[in-house]
Amino acid sequence: MLNETAVRQLRECVGETYFRTDQEALIAHSYDGTPMLQALPDGVIYPKSTEQVSEIMKIASSHRIPVVTRGSGSNLCGGTVPLQGGIVMVMHRMNRILEVDLDNLTAVVQPGVITGQLISHVEGLGLFYPPDPSSMKISTIGGNIAECSGGLRGLKYGTTKDYVLGLTAVRADGSILVTGGKLTKDVAGYDLTKLLVGSEGTLAVITEAILKLIPYPKTKKTMVAMYKDIYGAARTVSSIIQQQIIPATLEILDHPTIRVVDDFANIGLPLDMAAILIIEQDGEPEVVERDIAKIQQICREELADRIEVAQDRQEAEQLLTARRSAFTALARLRPTTILEDATVPRSKIAEMILRTNAIAQKYNVNIATFGHAGDGNLHPTATTDARDLEEVHRVEEAFAEIFEAAIELGGTITGEHGVGVVKAPYLEWKVGEAGIEVMQGIKHAFDPLNILNPDKIFAKERKKRVVIQRG
Amino acid sequence: MDKTTGKPAVQHKNPLARTLLEKLDYDQLTNCMRCGFCLPACPTFSETGMEPASPRGRIAMMKAAVDGIMVPDQQFEDQMSLCLGCRACEPACPADVKYGQLIEQTREAIEEHASHSLPVKVVRRTVFKHLFPKRGSLKLLGGSLSLYQKSGLRRAVRSTGMMKLLPRSLSEMEAVLPEASSKGVVERLGTFYPAQGEPIAKVALFRGCIMDVMFANTNVNTVELLSAAGFDVYIPESQVCCGALHAHSGEMKDARKLAATNIDTFKQLEIDYIVSNAGGCGALLVEYDHLMQEDAAYRDPAQWFASRVVDVSTLVVEKGRIPTFAQPEAPLQDSKLKVTYQDSCHLRNVMKGASAPRVLMKQVANTEFVEMAEADRCCGSAGIYNIVQPEMAGSILEHKMEHANNTQAGFMLTSNPGCLLQMKLGIEQHSCNHDMQAMHIVDFLHERMVKSQ
Repeated sequence: MLNETAVRQLRECVGETYFRTDQEALIAHSYDGTPMLQALPDGVIYPKSTEQVSEIMKIASSHRIPVVTRGSGSNLCGGTVPLQGGIVMVMHRMNRILEVDLDNLTAVVQPGVITGQLISHVEGLGLFYPPDPSSMKISTIGGNIAECSGGLRGLKYGTTKDYVLGLTAVRADGSILVTGGKLTKDVAGYDLTKLLVGSEGTLAVITEAILKLIPYPKTKKTMVAMYKDIYGAARTVSSIIQQQIIPATLEILDHPTIRVVDDFANIGLPLDMAAILIIEQDGEPEVVERDIAKIQQICREELADRIEVAQDRQEAEQLLTARRSAFTALARLRPTTILEDATVPRSKIAEMILRTNAIAQKYNVNIATFGHAGDGNLHPTATTDARDLEEVHRVEEAFAEIFEAAIELGGTITGEHGVGVVKAPYLEWKVGEAGIEVMQGIKHAFDPLNILNPDKIFAKERKKRVVIQRG
Repeated sequence: MDKTTGKPAVQHKNPLARTLLEKLDYDQLTNCMRCGFCLPACPTFSETGMEPASPRGRIAMMKAAVDGIMVPDQQFEDQMSLCLGCRACEPACPADVKYGQLIEQTREAIEEHASHSLPVKVVRRTVFKHLFPKRGSLKLLGGSLSLYQKSGLRRAVRSTGMMKLLPRSLSEMEAVLPEASSKGVVERLGTFYPAQGEPIAKVALFRGCIMDVMFANTNVNTVELLSAAGFDVYIPESQVCCGALHAHSGEMKDARKLAATNIDTFKQLEIDYIVSNAGGCGALLVEYDHLMQEDAAYRDPAQWFASRVVDVSTLVVEKGRIPTFAQPEAPLQDSKLKVTYQDSCHLRNVMKGASAPRVLMKQVANTEFVEMAEADRCCGSAGIYNIVQPEMAGSILEHKMEHANNTQAGFMLTSNPGCLLQMKLGIEQHSCNHDMQAMHIVDFLHERMVKSQ
C-alpha cells in the first residue's frame, strides 16, 4: 500500500486523471505477455514529460516505492510485472516522434511511440529503421530499447542496440541523464547509451531516444527452400554466410512447426519436411538478383527438396505466410503458449533444434521451434495449459534443459526477450559469478535503493518461476 | 494426476462474481495470452489510451472477478458497457479468443443483477419485450413515426424546440432518421419474388425489424438486386427480429426465444441461403449455432440455419450473376464519381464479408472507389451504443469523419442501418462536404442497376 502523502504528491504531480489506484487500473497493469505471471501494483501513473518522470522518481525515492516502467506490456520474460507492487509507470502519453533529421539521418522519439508507427513514418520519408520485433504493431520504442529487441532483420541489420545513438533517462533519484547524441563517434567515457539499452528498466527510465536511420533498400526478393534433412537446411545457412552473402532475413521452421502451421493456414506445406527456410535479400537490384541466384545454387547443392522464388510482392507475401502464421498457429493449439528465445551460434542451429526435439520427447511435452536461423536466435515454443500444474512443471524442466543445451553449444539463455523474472534463475549459468557481481555493482551505482524494477534480472536464488497467481 | 482444466474452486460472496463464475467460459479466459495484439484494433483503447478500455484489459478484469482477485463493482460494469462489441479484436487475436462471447456472457451476468433506474427500466422493457419482438408494435411505431414525420407534427415539434428536452444524442439522431413506413417488404412484394433468368439458387431474405420499418425500401431493393443476380427469393412472413440488440445487452433469454422462432420459420423452406442486408443482424444470425448450443432441441437446426447465412454483397459476388451498374460520367472532365465505404464491423469481423462490397463498388461504371483510412474501424454506432454512450461514440465519429472528408467522395456507402444513420449524423455534424451522401450499398447499386436496364 502507498502511504497517503505519497499518493497526494503523485496526484499533484500528474493530475487526478493520470494517477490511479482503483481496482480496475491495478488489475489491468498486473500482467504482461508472459504466461502464468501476475502481481498487482499499488498505483498506476501516466507521465507526459521528462520533468514529470523526474518528479515522480524523486517522490518514489523519498518513499522507497518500487517503480516499473511499461510500454504496451507485450514482453515475454515478466519484465513489466510489478512483483513487489509499487507503481507501474505507463509511457503511453509520451508518444510523439519529435523530429526526423534528414541531414544527420536520425529520429528523436519519445518512449511511448509504437515501433510499427515509427517504421511507417520514416519509410514514408524514404528512410529505414530496421529493428522489427514481431510485436512491432503494438510494442513501443521505449520497451524495445529497454529489452534490446531483435527481430527478423537482425542478421543483416543488427538489433535495437545498433540504432540507439543517444538517450535521455531519469535515474532513480530523479536526476536527468543525457547520453550520446547525433554522433557516429563518441568515446567520451563509458558507453552509457549501450549500457541502458537492454537494461530492462532496472537502471533508469528512458524518456527520449535519438535513433539512427539508414537509406531504404531499393528492392527486395523472397524465396523458400524445403528440406527433408535438417542438416541440409543448417548447412545451407552456414554456406550462405561462408560465401559472404548476408541475407536480410533467414528464417527457419522445424517439422513440428510446419505441421501446426499447415493445419492452421492450409497452405499446402509438404508435411514430410524436416525444415523450411524462408530467405529474403534486399538492396540494389543487381546485387539482390545475384545473391538470390547464388542462394538458390547453395540450396540445390544442399539437396533442398523444393525451392520457390517469388516473382512479385504478392507471391512474396504468400511465401511469408508460413513464417507469419507460426506464432498464431502455435497459440491456437492449447490455452497456454510459452515462447522462448534460446540462442546459439549460427553453426549450431541444427544441433540445437534436434536437441530441443529430444528434450521435448524426454519430458513428454509439445515444443515446436521456429526462428531466426541467420543469427541463431531460435524460438522453442511450448504449448500447454496453465491449469495442468503437473504438465507445466514438466515444461519448465524441459526449458531449463534447453537453456543448458544452448549455453553448452556456446549460446545464450535469451537472444531478444530479456531476462526479467523468467530467466533470472539461469543468468549465472551464462555470465558466471564475476558477471553477476559486475552487473550488481552497476545496478547499485544507478539505483542504490533498488526501486527500479526490483526482483528482475537477478534471482534471489536459483529457483523456479515466481508464480503469484496462475493468471 | 488428473488434469485440472475446469473453473477455479472459489466461493464468491459477491453475487455478480458468482454469476460471472457460472456464465463465463473459463477456457476462453485462459486462452488469452495477453500478448496485446488486440490493443491497436480496439477503438475504445485508441480513444482513451487506457489498458482497462482494451480487450486484453477487459478479459483480465473478467478473469480477476472470476478468480476472486477483484470484486466486480460499478467501474467493472461501466468498463464492460464501454465496449462497442465491434469484434475488431477477434481477427487480430493470435489465440482466437472468442471475445464476443465473453463480453456477451459478462453482460448477461451484469443484467441479471442490474437494478436499472425506473426510466431505464421502462425503456428497456419497451424496447426488448414489446417493440422489437413484436412486428405489430414495430409497424405501429413505423406508422406513427411516419405520421409524425409527414403530418407536419415533426416540423411543429422541431420549431417549438421540444427536441431540446430529449438527450442530445437522441435529438440529433431524430434529425437524420429516414422516412418510416408501416408497409414492409412483404406488403410491397409478397412472400416470393422469382429470379430473372435461370435460377442459381433459392434464398430467403432476412428482413429484420428496424430494417423493415425504417429501411423498407432497402429491403425491396435487396430483393430486386438478388432477383437480378439470379436468385429465387422467399420472404417468410412469420420471421421476427434477430435478437442482436438483446444479446448485446445481456438479454439472452429473449434473444434465444427470437432465434427459435426464426429457426422454425426458415427451416420450413427448402432454401440454400438466408440473406441478410444488415451486418449487425447477420453477425448474430451466423452465430445462432453458438447462441442455441445449450438447447438440445435446437442444436442441429441452429447449425443448419447458421451455415446458410450470408450477406447480400457476398452472395451476389460469390454465387450470383453480377448485374450491370450504369453511372453517367461526372460533369467535370475526367472526374469520376468518387465512392467510399464504411465497413460494418459485424460484417467484416464476424461474417468475414469485407471484400465483396468493394468488389461491387468497383463494378460500377464511371466510378472511382476510394478506400477511406481506417474504414475497418467502428464508427461508434454499434447498435444502441451511440444512445447509451454518446460521449465515446461522438469522439469516435469525429475521428471517422476526418478520414471521410479526406476521401472527398460524393457517396459514403455502408452495409448496416446503424452505420448508415451514424454516417448521416457524421455528415450532418462534421462534414465540410455536405454534398456527401450516405447510402446503403444496396440502394446505391439498385439505383444504378435500374438505370442500366
